[in-house]
Amino acid sequence: MSTDTPANPSDGDAEAMTEAELRARVEELEDSVAQLEADADDGQKKMTIIATKGTFDMAYPPLILASTAAAFGWDVVVFHTFWGLDILHEEKSKKLQLSAVGNPSMPMPNALAALPGMDRMATKMMEKRIDDNGTATVEELIDVSLDQGVELQACQMTIELMDYDEDEFYDDVVTGVGAATALQHMAESDVQLLV
Amino acid sequence: MSDTFDITETLDVKGASCPMPVVKTKSAVDGLSEGAVLEVLATDPGSVSDLDGWAAGTEGVELLDQVEDGDEFKHYIEKTA
Repeated sequence: MSTDTPANPSDGDAEAMTEAELRARVEELEDSVAQLEADADDGQKKMTIIATKGTFDMAYPPLILASTAAAFGWDVVVFHTFWGLDILHEEKSKKLQLSAVGNPSMPMPNALAALPGMDRMATKMMEKRIDDNGTATVEELIDVSLDQGVELQACQMTIELMDYDEDEFYDDVVTGVGAATALQHMAESDVQLLV
Repeated sequence: MSDTFDITETLDVKGASCPMPVVKTKSAVDGLSEGAVLEVLATDPGSVSDLDGWAAGTEGVELLDQVEDGDEFKHYIEKTA
């Protein structure tokens, strides 16, 4: 680069050149600022949630956050893996159970909670409360999430591990994806959550 | 307060709780044209904070007013773009 300070400040040529170079440099910088601004503005926020749990209570947080974020216009991916896959399984999602054992919110000791039928009873109680409270069902939340453009992904490895069939999931659930896909979206996300 | 707005459409989400008031408001706003005002009727007390936050974080909408009327919360949202 010939941007050295001219030996002789009165040298017209050298000064003109410096100015031209400065202008070029300013233009270059303006371009890159514009580019950064454009990137930041297209700046649609992104969120990735990894849903790993398949109990009744744990199906709610990812779906509530996902549908709400989508209402904000965010680009949302929920990657369902291991038991989280059951949330996307059309049949199993309607039969998710609350675990009575090891749940400090249950009004019963673990020894009682471990008795047969207790999970079922706890689930029924919770379902009733959800209904009374006007809280959406898991199925409704899946529907609105998909409607709002949330991408619900089903981990391919887990599908095979659990011996599920792709047809058993809700329509529009994305299959054939793995950890690399999830990580790619996570890396670009403003919010990443493991549930 | 509500009589100061020219209400284009009313969305009734009474009885529904989080996240439905926000999610359904978003869908309703999507179907409106610029300048339209949506009235949202809710009973979820969380809808006051949630719709306020949603409107603040969403481009093209403005929360005009929120009115508590007995057990009911009325929200007025304008589609600005």
